[in-house]
Amino acid sequence: MPQMNMVQAVNSALDVMLGRDPSVVVMGEDVGYFGGVFRCTDGLQRKYGEHRVIDTPIAEGGIVAAAIGMGVNGLRPVAEVQFADYVYPAFDQIVSELARLRYRTAGEFSAAVTVRMPCGGGIRGGQTHSQSPEGIFTHVCGIKVVMPSNPYDAKGLLIASIEDEDPVIFFEPKRLYNGPFDGDWHKPAVPWSTHPKGEVPAGHFTVPLARAEIVRPGSDLTILAYGTMVHVAEAAVRIAGADAEIIDLRTLVPLDTETICESVRRTGRCVIVHEATRFSGFGAELSATVQEECFWHLEAPIERVTGWDTPYPHAFEWEYFPGTARIAAAIRRVMEAA
Amino acid sequence: MAARSDGAGPQTGGTERGGGASSGRAGTGAAAARSGVSRLHIPHPPARPGDRPDFSYLKISPAGSVPRPDTTASLVEIEPLALQMVRVLDDDDHAVGPWNPRLDAEDLQVGLRHMMLTRRFDDRMLRNQRQGRISFYMKSTGEEAVSVAAAMALRPGDMLFPSYRNQGLHIARGMSLIDLMCQCLSNTRDMCKGRQMPVMYHSSSGNIFSISGNLATQFPQAVGWAMAAAIKGEDRLAASWIGEGSSAEADFHHALTFAAVYQAPVILNIVNNQWAISTFQGFAGGEHRTFAARGPGYGVPGIRVDGNDFLAVYAVTQWAAERARRGGGPTLIEHVTYRAAAHSTSDDPSRYRPQEEWQAWPLGDPIKRLARHLIALGEWSEERQAGLEKELDAHVVECWKEAVRYGTLTEGPTLDPLTMFEDVFKEMPPHLVRQQRELAALLASGGIGASGSAEQSGAPSPAAAPEG
Repeated sequence: MPQMNMVQAVNSALDVMLGRDPSVVVMGEDVGYFGGVFRCTDGLQRKYGEHRVIDTPIAEGGIVAAAIGMGVNGLRPVAEVQFADYVYPAFDQIVSELARLRYRTAGEFSAAVTVRMPCGGGIRGGQTHSQSPEGIFTHVCGIKVVMPSNPYDAKGLLIASIEDEDPVIFFEPKRLYNGPFDGDWHKPAVPWSTHPKGEVPAGHFTVPLARAEIVRPGSDLTILAYGTMVHVAEAAVRIAGADAEIIDLRTLVPLDTETICESVRRTGRCVIVHEATRFSGFGAELSATVQEECFWHLEAPIERVTGWDTPYPHAFEWEYFPGTARIAAAIRRVMEAA
Repeated sequence: MAARSDGAGPQTGGTERGGGASSGRAGTGAAAARSGVSRLHIPHPPARPGDRPDFSYLKISPAGSVPRPDTTASLVEIEPLALQMVRVLDDDDHAVGPWNPRLDAEDLQVGLRHMMLTRRFDDRMLRNQRQGRISFYMKSTGEEAVSVAAAMALRPGDMLFPSYRNQGLHIARGMSLIDLMCQCLSNTRDMCKGRQMPVMYHSSSGNIFSISGNLATQFPQAVGWAMAAAIKGEDRLAASWIGEGSSAEADFHHALTFAAVYQAPVILNIVNNQWAISTFQGFAGGEHRTFAARGPGYGVPGIRVDGNDFLAVYAVTQWAAERARRGGGPTLIEHVTYRAAAHSTSDDPSRYRPQEEWQAWPLGDPIKRLARHLIALGEWSEERQAGLEKELDAHVVECWKEAVRYGTLTEGPTLDPLTMFEDVFKEMPPHLVRQQRELAALLASGGIGASGSAEQSGAPSPAAAPEG
């Protein structure tokens, strides 16, 4: 099976879908001739032509709005927003339009648009190239929200998102593009070829939406994570020495509540980790869900480990990033409680 | 252009007819090959890597040929200026025509000095980035006149809303090079306290607004600032700059609409440097009409100017400022220039444009043109030029030596990480107080969880960060 990093996996998903489905178009800033600033669309315009892999003006609102129009007219656009931090000019089009089109027309109109965007920190990108705004989108009714943590899932989930009849916001943790970053910024980079999920089928396959995956079975506690934090949580578990069950959520909306609650009911303890800020973050939804569904099984208060409630600071990348030390400390706290 | 019209690659075979490799399938555009069916137009730059640079698309008026309307002139009288190009310096390095601002030789020498310092500062900071001393940098090479001449034509009390490629504004306004360097270093003297990427300067005392990493946001903000000046009855105006690529953002429309509605005292500058990362100006709509011509569509005078002609930029800015101060409202200025350097240190322009384009750029180098003009006036010489270069290089080196004393990315002293919780709000709310204490305890108890000493390689480097 081919080895792919996450950039190649995304590229391969787009390649497969452009090849299979003539209604798929890829669009965004610098995605065409240049192949994308992270190279995710490299070679696709050469292969499929300028009408299928479309360079756009610098206007995120325009990109999403045009994608909606194309979607209504029968295409299946995959729009790229160059950084998740740039998505806000498109916010009205996503929240008021893309998310609600099916609802407000009682199903007569819809647009199967996938909006891809690199997210997350760890690249010295400061506050406008490091954000994790997934929680803003999970609060919107009518869009699905996906964030893969490895090349295999990235490809399978992206294909599933493109094939889905509902709009999907597809977050790509950019720190994972080249390797499974575990939060230790001092270690030499580890390539995806060293990771089992770096093996990715060349052709068409899907990873179903709305299905979490237990990436590490365990009995002491349940860690809920997604994106980069899956790998950081794995490293933290090694440090803490607990037999933790780690669940990679993969899709945030619709949430796989079943897998989460089955695990927490077994372990009785839960730590939630995400890079995004804490207050009203997606962790709050997870925590509320676990509390509602698993209250009588809980042995300890649920812990959240998240980014601090500040804009992402350039100079304090690693003091800000919710790294292994903080996660390990949270693991110890839930294990010591009760 | 014609050579490019039949597609970008071997498999696309006639993209103007639609569909590319997909033609023959039921999907996009295959039917468009039939006559009477709409076609999707894809803009093509005149030259790609390996091609001979071609700027034949550029409409250039002879120096001195464009009339200069009175600053009280009506929109109709001004309208032709949006399609021409105001130029003062001719091919013999003389200042000609009605737009000649007739500056003293001393002012011209100051302008030359600011532009040369800007370029040398840029060159030094690029080297520092390549050596890992700063995380990121964006040069303004070739665009120095756009910022320096404008800053000199405005008053110190006028408020500037720059983009990230206007360092000449900061230099012409007399900001300390050390302060600019310390910002790029995110060190203990950083005006942003380590919270912003390099080049995102600000100066409240210098009347220069904070640079955002996002695009065009400052354009309508400048209009609002100017509206406030008018509400307060002040004799100050605002000026803002965006790239031609950013003019595609909705904020451009907001700026022009509000400026026109309220006749705000604001100068709105589009720096048309031909390239927005990899997309040429045609992707912002420049194929069909000049960017200056958007002004009259909103009821705002639009003037297109040779952005590499220091005197022309000065004169047009001065004209717009005088009009605004007389209650004549906003002006949109398109500065035609060329982004000689990469978009940023994360970009590689050899992937998308001919490397020789900058040499072939028909409007030349703003620094060389002003120096030649001064020499033609008998107010400058090759020797003085060489001497000034040496002096400025030494100055930049001295400033850098001083700046790194306050720390670099890799060497102390370093900022206190606990300061990251400050300034989120004016008063720190309880939840941030708690988080600050939590981090303090973590740092005191042995750190944040990493094993070695050198920053890990392998972080993906975007070409963007931020866009052009």
